[in-house]
Amino acid sequence: MGGKTVTRADLCEAVYQKVGLSRSESAELVEAVLTEIADCLVTGESVKLSSFGTFTVRSKTERIGRNPKTGEEVPILPRRVLVFKPSNVLKLRINGHDTAGMED
Amino acid sequence: MIKSELVSRIAARNPHLYQRDVENIVNTILDKVVEALANGDRVELRGFGAFSVKSRPARLGRNPRTGEKVEVDEKSVPFFKTGKEMRERLNGDAD
Repeated sequence: MGGKTVTRADLCEAVYQKVGLSRSESAELVEAVLTEIADCLVTGESVKLSSFGTFTVRSKTERIGRNPKTGEEVPILPRRVLVFKPSNVLKLRINGHDTAGMED
Repeated sequence: MIKSELVSRIAARNPHLYQRDVENIVNTILDKVVEALANGDRVELRGFGAFSVKSRPARLGRNPRTGEKVEVDEKSVPFFKTGKEMRERLNGDAD
């Protein structure tokens, strides 16, 4: 338990096993789901997936950073960052609690 | 966008699939990610981002209302790191 890395291939396999599409179509659909989420976030819209969590795009203003190696001050330009807020169900699951039938 | 809208959008692009199949696909993907994290595994989706689990040590917290000290047990929290391509797309560098 633990230490493994799950990738697209594992997600495709899960979809293939569960949904009964071909392997190549399962792979396409996994990609389609990720693309749809990513495209939505790029427009600045949040993506809220119940029982899983919420992805939000946050705009950061410019601030002064410092190169930790040289101590030199460098401006950190305004930028957009993606933040993920896990749902309570996800947090509970990760701590070994049973969440069967829970929604949030 | 919420999950049902995500399902509708994907179903609209894949008219050969039933809406409930698409729903099943989205849920299967999310369940797989949750299951992996519950096992303490990492989930890496190149271009999108990576999910991992971080451990938070036990600490002495305080009830903010009463000021009373409470022991907070060690716990694990999910963590998401945005992928490179996603970060670039958000800032208009790629796409």
